Amino acid sequence: MKMSRLTVLVMILSLLTAGFAFAGKDLDAVKKKGFIQAGVNGGVFGFGMPDEKGVWKGLDVDTAKAVAAAIFGDASKVKYTPLTAQQRFTALQSGEIDVLTRNATRTLSRETQLGLNFVTVNYYDGQGFMVPKKLGVKSAKELGGATVCVLPGTTTEQNAADYFRSNSMDWKPVVIESTSELAKTFFAGRCDVLTSDASQLAGTRAVAPNPKDYAILPEIISKEPLAPAVRHGDDQFRDIVDFAVLAMINAEELGITSQNVDEMMKSNDPMVQRFLGVIEGNGAALGLDEKWAYNIVKQVGNYGEVFERNVGVNTTLGIERGLNALWTNGGLMYSPPFK
Amino acid sequence: MNSKDINSIADTDLRPSTVPFWRDPDKRAIVFQVVALLLVAFVSYYLFSNTQANLERQSIATGFGFMEKEAGFEIGESVVEYSAADTYADALLVGALNTIKVSFIGIILTTILGTIIGISRLSSNWLLSKLAAGYIELMQNIPILLQLFFWYAIFYESFPSPRQALNPFGGVFLCNRGLIFGVPEAHAAHAAMGWAFVIALAVGWGLNRWGRQRQARTGQMFPAVRVTLALAVVLPLLAWFAYGAPTAMDIPELRGFNFKGGVTVSPEFSALLLGLVLYTAAFVAEIVRAGIQSVGRGQVEAAMAVGLRPGQVLHLVILPQALRVIIPPLTSQMLNLTKNSSLAIAIGYADFVAVTNTTINQTGQAIEGVALIMLVYLFFSLSTSVFMNWYNKKMALVER
Repeated sequence: MKMSRLTVLVMILSLLTAGFAFAGKDLDAVKKKGFIQAGVNGGVFGFGMPDEKGVWKGLDVDTAKAVAAAIFGDASKVKYTPLTAQQRFTALQSGEIDVLTRNATRTLSRETQLGLNFVTVNYYDGQGFMVPKKLGVKSAKELGGATVCVLPGTTTEQNAADYFRSNSMDWKPVVIESTSELAKTFFAGRCDVLTSDASQLAGTRAVAPNPKDYAILPEIISKEPLAPAVRHGDDQFRDIVDFAVLAMINAEELGITSQNVDEMMKSNDPMVQRFLGVIEGNGAALGLDEKWAYNIVKQVGNYGEVFERNVGVNTTLGIERGLNALWTNGGLMYSPPFK
Repeated sequence: MNSKDINSIADTDLRPSTVPFWRDPDKRAIVFQVVALLLVAFVSYYLFSNTQANLERQSIATGFGFMEKEAGFEIGESVVEYSAADTYADALLVGALNTIKVSFIGIILTTILGTIIGISRLSSNWLLSKLAAGYIELMQNIPILLQLFFWYAIFYESFPSPRQALNPFGGVFLCNRGLIFGVPEAHAAHAAMGWAFVIALAVGWGLNRWGRQRQARTGQMFPAVRVTLALAVVLPLLAWFAYGAPTAMDIPELRGFNFKGGVTVSPEFSALLLGLVLYTAAFVAEIVRAGIQSVGRGQVEAAMAVGLRPGQVLHLVILPQALRVIIPPLTSQMLNLTKNSSLAIAIGYADFVAVTNTTINQTGQAIEGVALIMLVYLFFSLSTSVFMNWYNKKMALVER
C-alpha cells in the first residue's frame, strides 16, 4: 500500500502549506518578490497612463508608489498591469495583481460580493456629461432624445439609465468597449453626448482634436468615491495600503511636503514627530520600517502635491480641488490621527 | 470418427474455463473505458468543487439569482420591448435576439453574395473572373476585426449629423445616426396580408407537388414557380384592397437631437452586418466554386446534348450534385459568421456578449456570465448544425 501512504503524505503537506499561507500571505508574497504588482488604468490621462517615454504617470500610479515606499522604502518598486474596467476585479481576485489602484468606485455590492476590500478614497469623483458646444445645450435636463456614448463595465451605464429615467427623458446608448475608440466615435459626431466620470471627461477632452469645442455640463449625477482595493485575506496588507493613502493626506494637513520633509524631521511638534517616525511606534504597529511615512512624503509627496502634479489646475486636465480639498479647506479629505 | 464426435469437439470450449479478465480483450476494453470515464468525472468534479470552494472562501457571490433582479441599464437597439426597469434575464434575451438578428440576416446575405462571387469566379468573362478572384484574396486575408473598424469608421466619419441628414428621396434619411426610413402605420390589413402571403406559399407548395406528379405521368411541365410568385404578389394585394387600401405612413421627422418615428437601421448594426457578410462571402465563394468544379464536365455536355436549357442544366444537373460538396463546409462558414458576430462589442452593437459583459460588471458574477455566453453560442451553433445536417441528408445521394 505504498500508493496510499504517498497520497496521505501529499494531502498532509498541502494542508500544512494552506495553513501557512493564511498568515499575512499577500504581504509575505509581496516582500518575497520585492515589488508590488499594481493594477492601473492604461489610458486615462492624469490617473494612470504611460507618458511618451513609457514612464507611468498619474494619481493612481502615485498611490501605488506610496505603498511601495511604505513597504520597501523605495517608491520605484512597482510593476504596473494595465487593466480594462472589466478585467480589474478578476485580476485582483485571482492574485494577478496585489493592489488595484485604477479609479474604481467603492459600492456596497462590490465591497460585499467581489471578495475585496476598498480602502480610503483617493479621489472623489462624480459622473457628468460632455457635449459639443455647437449643440447649444446648457444643462443635462435638455438632453431628452439624445444619443449618448457610454463606456461599459462601470457604474456609468446604470447611472445614466437612472438619470434619464428619473427625468423621464428618452435616450439611446452607444456602448463601446475601448476608451479610445469610444472617444473617436464621439468626436466624429456619432453621439450627441459623452458620459463618464467628470475626471475622465476632462482627460478625454484634453486629447480632443479641438478641446475648446466641447463643454462639460454642470450636472454631476452620481457619487463616485474612487478608492484603491485589495483582496480579502490579509488584513495587515489592507492596513498598509489604507495608511499609505492616509499618510499622503495627513502630510498635507501637517504641512509636510517632499521639499521640507527633511527639515520637518527636526520639528518639535509631537504630531509631526510621531508621523515621521522620530517618535517610534507607528511603523512597528503596521509591521513596517519607522521611516515609512517619511519615505512616502519624500519620494512621492503629500496628497496636495500628487493632485496638483497629475490633475490640478496647472495640468492639461485643469481640475479644481473641489471635494478633494482637505476638510480644513471645505473638502472631504480627512485623515484619522497617526498615533 | 463419426459426425457426432466432430460436433462434440466443436461444442467444446477450448479455452480454459477461468480466463483472468485482463487477458480478455473485451473485458479489458470495458475496464479501460470505465477508468477513463471515472477520470473525466473526477477532474470535472475537482474543477467544479475547487472553484466553488475558492469563491466561497473569498466571499464572492455565486448562482443565477441575479437574473431576476432589475438590470438598470439601457440597450441601444432591441427587437422586443425593453427598458432599464426590466430584469437581467430580459436584457440577456434582448442581447441574444440581437445576435440572432445579425447572424440570420448575415447568413442569408452571405450565401447569396458568396454564390454570386463563386459563380463569377468561374465566369468565362476575364474581367469578372479576375475581379471576383481579387475580392476573395483581399477579403480573406484582412482580419475581420480590422474590417469591422473600417466599415464603422466609414459610417460615423463620412455621414453628416442628423440636422444635415441626406434625404435621397421622400421619407428616407441617411446620417451618422443610421438609415432612417418611413414605414406604413400599423393597421389590421398588414396581418391579413401576412396570412395571404403564407396561404400563397402553401398553395404554391401543393401546386409544385401536383405539377411534378403530373409531369411524371404525362410528361407535361407545369410552371409552378412562376404561378407561386404571381400568387404571392396578388393574394396580399387583394387582402390590402379588401381592408380599404390603407396608405397612412409613419414618416420620420427631425425633432430635437434625432429623428422620431419610422424605422432606424443603426450604423453599428450596418457596419457589423456589412463586415461579416463581405468577409464570410469570400470563403463561401471558394466553397461554391469548388462545388461547381466537382461536377464533371461530361455531365454538363450530356445535359446540353439532351436538349436542356442552360437554366435547367444548372437547376437539374449541376446544383443537385454540387450541393452535396458545398453544404458541409458551408455549414462551418455559417457557424463562423455567428461566432464572429461576437466582435460586435468592439463597434458598439448590443449583441449577447456585450450585454453579458455589462451584466458581469454590474453583478460581478463572471463565471456565471461566461458560462452563459458559452451555452448560448453552443446552442446557436448546434441548432444551425442540426438544420444543415437535415438539409444535407435531404440533398445527399439517394442510393437504390
